[in-house]
Amino acid sequence: MSQSYNRGLIEDYGRWKEFSAGMWAWIFHKFTGWMLIGYLFTHIAVLSTAIGAAQGETVEVFAEDLPNVEGTGLTEVDIYTATLGGLEGLFIVRLLEVGLLAVAVFHILNGLRLLMIDLGIGLEAQDKSFYASLILTGIITVASVPTFLKGVGF
Amino acid sequence: MAERYSSFAPGGTAWLLQRITAAFLVVVLAFHFFQLHFVNHAAEVTFMGTRARMENVGYFLTMVLFLIAGTFHGVNGVYNALVNQGLSGTPKKVVLAVLTIASVALIVQGIWVALAMAGMI
Ligand code: HEM
Ligand code: HEM
Ligand code: HEM
Repeated sequence: MSQSYNRGLIEDYGRWKEFSAGMWAWIFHKFTGWMLIGYLFTHIAVLSTAIGAAQGETVEVFAEDLPNVEGTGLTEVDIYTATLGGLEGLFIVRLLEVGLLAVAVFHILNGLRLLMIDLGIGLEAQDKSFYASLILTGIITVASVPTFLKGVGF
Repeated sequence: MAERYSSFAPGGTAWLLQRITAAFLVVVLAFHFFQLHFVNHAAEVTFMGTRARMENVGYFLTMVLFLIAGTFHGVNGVYNALVNQGLSGTPKKVVLAVLTIASVALIVQGIWVALAMAGMI
């Protein structure tokens, strides 16, 4: 591995037309990684309503508006249940969740691929395993749509 | 090695930790999605449900480890990507400081949240 190779400045995204499978894999991996860390910060912010809920903070909501609340009419609900239910009741949030799953699945599969490459397994089939990651991501995402969108159109 | 696209200098500590946390994340992230979409539907999550899960010590510890590994992996990834893009000198130190503070804040907040969920505070 002492041999070096001038790959040019690959960080120059303007060269996207010349990208090979490995370069696309790298770009996608970056993109999905950044999405996931962005999501994690948002996620903890939303889940933080549990602190209020633990201290007995409640709000009044219409039970019909929230998929996770039973009954009808104006109901008193803890702030965590109301926040999560309010988000899950929105079609756009469900759609974003499908997107998040796709992003996470690709990052996991491609990440596993990178780990294997690092261990020296299957070096000859790198581009094939990248396409396999893409296709598998597509299949898993499509297969999960019914579960994710249940109650908001499915 | 003809082509190698990575944001990390191979063999370094950051590189190694990125891979170790990645191996752990594969398991927990898959578990997390499975748990909150197929076992318990995301749309049916309530405070009582979360509390019931978080009261289990194993689940609680898994979530806290997930939080720490995910934060480290994500932020270390961002930092290395920036260094790889040519970040150096003072901006590099500032970025490292900001990212470190953000990570610590996220982990502290996350643990506080986890304790509240489990009913321990
Ligand atoms: C981490 C350490 C890595 C090592 C040791 C490594 C090693 C290699 C080796 C030995 C080859 C064969 C080169 C040849 O003889 O022509 C190769 C090709 C390739 N690598 Fe890597 N690689 C690494 C990371 C990556 C990553 C992270 C990607 C993409 C995300 C990648 C994508 C590719 C692709 C697409 C090829 C085929 C290139 C071509 O021949 O057109 N590699 N790599
Ligand atoms: C749409 C997908 C997701 C849903 C519906 C979801 C939902 C939840 C819920 C309800 C909890 C509270 C624990 C429980 O009730 O069992 C939780 C905790 C957590 N989630 Fe997610 N999650 C999702 C995706 C993710 C992703 C992609 C990550 C990582 C980047 C993540 C990281 C975490 C962490 C670290 C905790 C623990 C929080 C703490 O300890 O304070 N989640 N999630
Ligand atoms: C679930 C299993 C996961 C695996 C197997 C995995 C694997 C990897 C690997 C091997 C790298 C290094 C790529 C390189 O050499 O450039 C990486 C980069 C990265 N990961 Fe992950 N990861 C996982 C989950 C996550 C999560 C949950 C987050 C966010 C919270 C995340 C955020 C990132 C970021 C931001 C990068 C840097 C991307 C860049 O170069 O810009 N990853 N991941």
